[in-house]
Amino acid sequence: MIEFRQVTKRYDSDHTALRQVNFALDRGELAFLTGHSGAGKSTLLKLLMVMERPSAGEVVVGGQKLNSLPRRQIPYIRRHIGVVFQNHQLLFDRTVFDNVAMPLEVTGASPSDIGRRVRAALDKVGLLSKEKMNPMQLSGGEQQRVGIARAVVNKPPLLLADEPTGNLDPELSADIMNLFGQFSQVGVTVLIATHDIALVNEMNCRTLTLDHGRLVAGGSPLMGV
Amino acid sequence: MATDSRSKQETARGARKGQAPWRQQADSYLNHHRKVAADSARRLWRMPVASFMTWTVMGVALALPVALLLLLTSLEGVSAGWESSARVTAYLKLDSSLEDARGLAQEIGSDGRVEGVELVARDQALAEFRVSSGLEDALDFLQDNPLPHTLLITPEDSARSQAGVQSLVTYVEGMESVEQVQVDLGWLQRLNAMTDLLSRAVWALSMLLAVAVVLVIGNTVRLAIENRRDEILVAKLVGGTDAFVRRPFLYTGAWFGLGGGLVAFILLELSLWWLSGPIERLAGLYRSDFSLNGLSIDGALALIIVAMVLGWLGAWVAVKRHMDDIEPGEIAGG
Repeated sequence: MIEFRQVTKRYDSDHTALRQVNFALDRGELAFLTGHSGAGKSTLLKLLMVMERPSAGEVVVGGQKLNSLPRRQIPYIRRHIGVVFQNHQLLFDRTVFDNVAMPLEVTGASPSDIGRRVRAALDKVGLLSKEKMNPMQLSGGEQQRVGIARAVVNKPPLLLADEPTGNLDPELSADIMNLFGQFSQVGVTVLIATHDIALVNEMNCRTLTLDHGRLVAGGSPLMGV
Repeated sequence: MATDSRSKQETARGARKGQAPWRQQADSYLNHHRKVAADSARRLWRMPVASFMTWTVMGVALALPVALLLLLTSLEGVSAGWESSARVTAYLKLDSSLEDARGLAQEIGSDGRVEGVELVARDQALAEFRVSSGLEDALDFLQDNPLPHTLLITPEDSARSQAGVQSLVTYVEGMESVEQVQVDLGWLQRLNAMTDLLSRAVWALSMLLAVAVVLVIGNTVRLAIENRRDEILVAKLVGGTDAFVRRPFLYTGAWFGLGGGLVAFILLELSLWWLSGPIERLAGLYRSDFSLNGLSIDGALALIIVAMVLGWLGAWVAVKRHMDDIEPGEIAGG
């Protein structure tokens, strides 16, 4: 599903965020991405979202090499990737429903289709009763779950999460991790960037560890594919 | 590649519903346009003061050149009317008698190109001159009447072209007791030259003001883009194409244009109504049927459409300049 081949990302001549990173994730796999802050976690996620392009090496998502992707094709790649942010990036000028509906709206889905799929996604994260509320009225954990609903509403094959539990207490974090586990069981590839080591140990999943831009652990199982 | 897989999905879904996929696509596309258009209009409506100010700025900038254009067309209509009523004045030699003059008037009057001839006898001319010039005392010093008999010749409709009038002049000039023939079209030519100059000036002004309108709308839309930055970021993040992200702002520009066009129309009608009284009096003094015509329905529609196009163009400029800078790179943090 995802493959990094000798990926290097250099911002300036003196700042290298990723050095020759090699790894691959299969369909339905759930993996953590850990490392100290500034180790390159966000850069790795940005490369997957085509927010950044690698300086060297290849990033492949769903069989598509992202290096050579023309700019106007980027939106179509992003439609296949759901993203959850630490600060969830919800829009407070519209309802929970409209927030979750955004990924469907950009694809030009019909209103009935949108209604059905948004409610399914909200039901999945247990917020169906709050669809008409403004996200501002929700608690932090609920807001994060709205963010997750938005990320999965168009059933992307790849789900990325950047510190999804950063602001949440352990109980809520476990809930959210559970959700991610369920998605991976139905075939979604999930990659979660976090520095919550306790949580990572508890989940007992594959863990990619970055240190100063180098992948120091977790890259082995599928290496060289 | 990505596009292909997407359209395949769409096809599959469309087929399941038993509806042509292109039809479904087109429907949802139109639906989306309607929704975005309505949403953009609502946003303007929610900030009535700011929107109204933009509309007014645009309205003033549009009304000015249109008013000048209207004035210009009215003037051109007037000069065309006067050109056709050109009259030829023939001054007879001082020594020709009244009988000669009568005979000449009859002869010219019987010509096919002439509609009518009016004879102003020299005594009558002197009397009129005495009354109208206020030079009574000075005229008393003159021993003889210095004025000749005059024939005022009105050409037939068919002879009112420039060539027709010219041949009539040559014919009258060739007559024995005619001293001088005058067709006073000089002032008309000057008026024409002035309207030509004015029309160029109006077009230049229109261009400048159109650019101003585009820039005003561009700046307003730039602010709208700044206000909706988060939304743009999220839309780009979840796979919104550039066209999708731009669309609401282009509609915003077009709505600004619509409002501006309407304001311009109202301003024009108001000022015409306000000016119509004085213009009628002035035209009456010149014994002219001059009137300042308002915009026709076609003209009003054209004005509004042009305004909308300018608004759209302004939005396009802003979107091109500012939206492409907004990339979700910064959203994910360090």
